[in-house]
Amino acid sequence: MSTATAVDERLAPTSLVRKLLGRPELGAVVGAAAVFVFFSFAAPSFLQASSLSTILYSASTIGIMACPVALLMIGGEFDLSAGVMVTTSALVSSMFSYQMTANVWVGVGVSLLVTLAIGFFNGFMLTRTKLPSFIITLGTFLMLTGLNLGFTKLISGSVSTKTIADMEGFSSARALFASQWNVGSVTLKVTILWWLALVAVATWILLRTRAGNWIFAVGGGADAARATGVPVVKTRIGLYMGVALCAWISGQHILFSFDVVQSGEGVGNEFLYIIAAVIGGCLMTGGYGSAIGSAVGAFIFGMTSNGIVYAQWNPDWFKFFLGAMLLLATLLNAWVRKRAEAK
Amino acid sequence: MGAVLAAVLGASLVGCSSTGGKRAEERAKAAQAGRPAVSTPRWTFAMVTHAGDGDTFWDIVQKGAKEAAAKDNINFVYAHDDQAQQQAQFVQNAIDQKVDGIVVSLAKPEALKDVIAKAVKAGIPVITVNSGSAQSAEYGALTHIGQDEQIAGEAVGSELTKRGKKKAVCVLHEQGNVGHEQRCAGAKKTFGGVMENLYVEGTNMPSVQAAIQAKLQADPSVDAIVTLGAPFAPTAVKAKDAAGSKAEVDTFDLNESVARDLKSGALGFAVDQQPYLQGYEAIDLLWLYRYNADVLGGGRPVLTGPQIVTADEAGKLEEFIKRGSR
Repeated sequence: MSTATAVDERLAPTSLVRKLLGRPELGAVVGAAAVFVFFSFAAPSFLQASSLSTILYSASTIGIMACPVALLMIGGEFDLSAGVMVTTSALVSSMFSYQMTANVWVGVGVSLLVTLAIGFFNGFMLTRTKLPSFIITLGTFLMLTGLNLGFTKLISGSVSTKTIADMEGFSSARALFASQWNVGSVTLKVTILWWLALVAVATWILLRTRAGNWIFAVGGGADAARATGVPVVKTRIGLYMGVALCAWISGQHILFSFDVVQSGEGVGNEFLYIIAAVIGGCLMTGGYGSAIGSAVGAFIFGMTSNGIVYAQWNPDWFKFFLGAMLLLATLLNAWVRKRAEAK
Repeated sequence: MGAVLAAVLGASLVGCSSTGGKRAEERAKAAQAGRPAVSTPRWTFAMVTHAGDGDTFWDIVQKGAKEAAAKDNINFVYAHDDQAQQQAQFVQNAIDQKVDGIVVSLAKPEALKDVIAKAVKAGIPVITVNSGSAQSAEYGALTHIGQDEQIAGEAVGSELTKRGKKKAVCVLHEQGNVGHEQRCAGAKKTFGGVMENLYVEGTNMPSVQAAIQAKLQADPSVDAIVTLGAPFAPTAVKAKDAAGSKAEVDTFDLNESVARDLKSGALGFAVDQQPYLQGYEAIDLLWLYRYNADVLGGGRPVLTGPQIVTADEAGKLEEFIKRGSR
């Protein structure tokens, strides 16, 4: 028996630098830094503390949804209904409370059940029918868009909800979902806390729990995962319900922040969530990505969309600038990742 | 599941709100019957607009049209699409059904020119509403009812000048909408100070707020913000407060929160083009034409606005806004 066995290379300690280079969000962080530096020079008011708090708020409203969407994408699926689901959730709380003349918290609770049911429906249909998630959630997207309008019109008699600001429970619900603090001249919104908490929880799930392993396994290859005993159906349904839970949080924020909800809102936002997740290092094919990356992606989006305003560029070109900045950030991200992998 | 449902229903019974809600609305609502007031035959009038899904403004237009139809014993059919091609298709459908009158909005006049000519040729009276005042008579419509966007914008510009404003921001919530551009252009024309445009993502409220906030932080000299739709006014007020700006927020169009904010002084003024009147008058005038060969306007547009609403009028209008007719 020989005593001098060679150390298995897989067990060899890796340096901190190597560890960092292997992280999916590395490219996004470099991209974010580039966008930050760029606007610091291009827009004089960009670096004010109050401006940064505006950007953080903007990023948090995207980031709250980008986080579960990133997890879903790591699990290999999409959710095109995520944008309108936020509106659905806000509409349900508002209309239930109003029509039943119930305490606002009752509507909030009902909305949670309804939204989770929609998430369950998405996951259940997907695993049952084996159709691509693109088709399933596109169907849900269209149905929810129609239901939002149809139900709101049927119940409220107009296309937006009635105000519930004078009802019991409104102020306490607002405190939870839409409060803000003034720190000097800076206003910090509670959505930022929700966002950070969600990213922390999602990161913990992904990296420290068995469910996290399941998500990576399902996204890497569902059949192989199933063969090794991963509960594929449960994982997928869970991921869709995670998106629904965050849609509920976002929806309640919109309701309690703006009081009245327009039934046509939310369309198109699902793409912003997917963009943030992709910028943050999630692969469109699944099996790779991180929750922190989605947060950095949302932050890039917040900086870009507001930075253009701070820079006071000709607004006719707004969408062009936005698209170009996002494309550049993503390209830089991909380039950095490639360099890191080559090392 | 049953237990959950029971718990929810139970909670909703004990968890009632003693303020606001539907009960308050019902308590306040007077009984209104929608019975025909005339004995003319039951004609069918079609209304085809360029409204997008879930548009508050067009909802009020439709409500006005419906109430006039109920009074005039009219069978009212409504269709809408924001794509001009589809809108033209709907007008064609109405012609095929041999309706007795057509109300149409001309957001993209050229696309509807041919189909309106067909309707006129088929002997169906046409009335244009809202947009298209310049083309209405030329295309053979009896009357145009609406507000000229340019004139409405000009009213805002003069009001801002009167209020001594120096630098204003015009917030457009739909990029590429011709009417929106005309409103801001009109305001710019009569405004004594500087006016800049700001485009925001109308379907995403938090981003609307962030963009307005960013604009105010970038340029603290802004002392007036003009939103082009009622739902965006309260959001602009929030953005202004968060940015610590002293700018006055003014808006086009009315809704419940706008009325409340006008009363409290959070908003300076609102410009109303009375959408209810546009729908109501269009149907009523078609009826008058059928019944009595009456024509209004003599080939010139009949304007329904702009009407400037301030804190003084807001209180009076609040209940009408609540019931969805202002």
